[in-house]
Amino acid sequence: MTAPMLEVRNLYKYFPIRQSLTDLLRRKPADYVKAVDGVSFTLERGEVLAVVGESGCGKTTIARTLIGLEEQTDGEILFHNETVGAHERRARAGLVPLESGGVGTREQQVLPRMSMKRLRQQAQMIFQDPYESLNPRATILEIVAEPLVVHGLARGREERIARVKTALEEAGLRPAEDYFLRYPHELSGGQRQRVVIASAMVLQPELLIADEPVSMLDVSIRAEILNLLRDLRQKRGVSIVFITHDLSTVAYFADRLAVMYLGRIVETGPAREVLANPQHPYTRALISVIPVPNPRQRRERVILQGETPNPIDLPTGCRFHPRCPIATAECGKIDPPWHAVSPTHQAACLRIEQGTP
Amino acid sequence: MNENWTLFKRNLAEFWKTFRKNRLGLLGAFLVITSILVATFAPWLSPYSPSDIIRDEGGHGLTFASPAVHAPLGTDDAGHDVWSQLVHGARISLMVGFMAGFIAMFVGSLFGILAGYFGGAVDNLLMRITDILLVIPDLPLMLILVATIRQLDLKISPLTVLIAVIGLLYWTSTARLIRSQVLTIKERQFVARARAIGAGHGHIIRKHILPQIMPLIVANTVLILSTAILVESGLAFLGLGDPTKPSWGTMLNFAFDRSAVTNGAWWFYLPPGLAIVWVTLGCVLLGNVLEEMLNPRLTAHHLEGDQNMVTVPGKGVE
Repeated sequence: MTAPMLEVRNLYKYFPIRQSLTDLLRRKPADYVKAVDGVSFTLERGEVLAVVGESGCGKTTIARTLIGLEEQTDGEILFHNETVGAHERRARAGLVPLESGGVGTREQQVLPRMSMKRLRQQAQMIFQDPYESLNPRATILEIVAEPLVVHGLARGREERIARVKTALEEAGLRPAEDYFLRYPHELSGGQRQRVVIASAMVLQPELLIADEPVSMLDVSIRAEILNLLRDLRQKRGVSIVFITHDLSTVAYFADRLAVMYLGRIVETGPAREVLANPQHPYTRALISVIPVPNPRQRRERVILQGETPNPIDLPTGCRFHPRCPIATAECGKIDPPWHAVSPTHQAACLRIEQGTP
Repeated sequence: MNENWTLFKRNLAEFWKTFRKNRLGLLGAFLVITSILVATFAPWLSPYSPSDIIRDEGGHGLTFASPAVHAPLGTDDAGHDVWSQLVHGARISLMVGFMAGFIAMFVGSLFGILAGYFGGAVDNLLMRITDILLVIPDLPLMLILVATIRQLDLKISPLTVLIAVIGLLYWTSTARLIRSQVLTIKERQFVARARAIGAGHGHIIRKHILPQIMPLIVANTVLILSTAILVESGLAFLGLGDPTKPSWGTMLNFAFDRSAVTNGAWWFYLPPGLAIVWVTLGCVLLGNVLEEMLNPRLTAHHLEGDQNMVTVPGKGVE
């Protein structure tokens, strides 16, 4: 079997908290916000993986780390079986020492490395806010052509314009020429997000990282943008990491689903299976509050008590136990291992193994 | 380059459309442009050379002749024509002011962009240099610098020394201003997007940071010009100008030295003073208006503007 297109192994991202001078003098150990705390997943070509979780659970940090906007504290990102980025430097500067104690493990030295620049030709990111992610003083032509210019592709003017035109039309902005000389402030939110998508697709990447691409848009436009992404995936075979807090879009769109809570994945599996048969109490709570069109339908809602704990001092044991409706005393002590619900569907909860979730 | 030209024309037309409505801005532009025109066409506008001595029929030099005797602005203590001096002085004053202003703008923008964009140690180093220059009182420092450089006898023309000293001391406020803008811009999402695309620092600064702060730089340059002209006049008044190429400040210096005031020769000291006011006022008005207009937050939204609105404010719904 060939290696998956994207593989993330034990990704950690800790953000150091700035210390006051007195704490530094007292040699108090530095605190970290544990935004991503040991996340692993794989993504095949043409697959859509949805990463779901409430705000602050680390989904955006995963996206930013994947595209290299943040450097991971530890862990590996393999793209076509090549590690991404200058890993040794990261390991040396890393806050968590590698298990071997040295600079990079044996495996990291063996694996071929992929430069960030090459990765960025094959992976592109779609940001959440289309009002902020376009340079207000650049024309649409310049914006969409920018990846080509940066990567030194399509040097000829004709070719560049032709590729921009194709990308814009594929993103549903027709006729493309009408948009070339416009500025972002002349477009609506949906049109801007289409421009962002066109600019991401102009390099014909294999991977799109979509960080809540529709959460800033009107509901009426959301479906259009989701359809557009789905078409692109069918036509171009692009894989998508789809980051969202909205489970209702997941069912529509994703093949697989990973539910995150406080920097960890708590349940993962095929989207339909997880939605139909959620195992982790957190997933259940999320699913139970998806709005249902039928107002007469009665169902039980699980409203979680309390707030998300501070990602600086994580709860011991299962990090969900302070808010979990079915937690036992044991949950506060043991960090739950993965429990296979089916060959493809896993959840990290002690109570499943005890058979009483 | 066809699109660029179209865009440029469109932007210019839009700019002019809003600028035209601003009376203060128009006044500022008028003041600045007239002074530049006067400086450019100085030889054609002055009947004499500034060093010509005007003599009466008897061959005696006309000293402190009032405008009534010798039009249009009378003569100075040595019988030179004041109007000719004023017109030629515009060249010197404007040249020193503009060159110094552009140097200051360039250094300030460079420091501001580098400090703001790279942050950390670079920021610390550049901003500490800025702070040091910021806390030293300008005028004494410049006096000492100009005087010392002259003493060194480096065969540099005094005007070049003036330009260099003013230009290399007056960039601090620009640097701070630009840095603060760059700090906010570099955190914006389109910069993150450019990084995610794989753009390098040079590309991001050129294509994403610079276009956002360009209006600020333009407006600030015009404001810095006024400061530079004022400072040049001040230094020249204190005797640090080039006596062979008198600027307005040098004229004031002469007028003061040769007791024009006690002689009642108002035509000798008022015109250069008013000329300085003319230019600096023009620069300040123009600069303020440009700053206001080119600020991206104040430019129109796509739903703004009378023709797009369902009801025009002030006219009621009816």
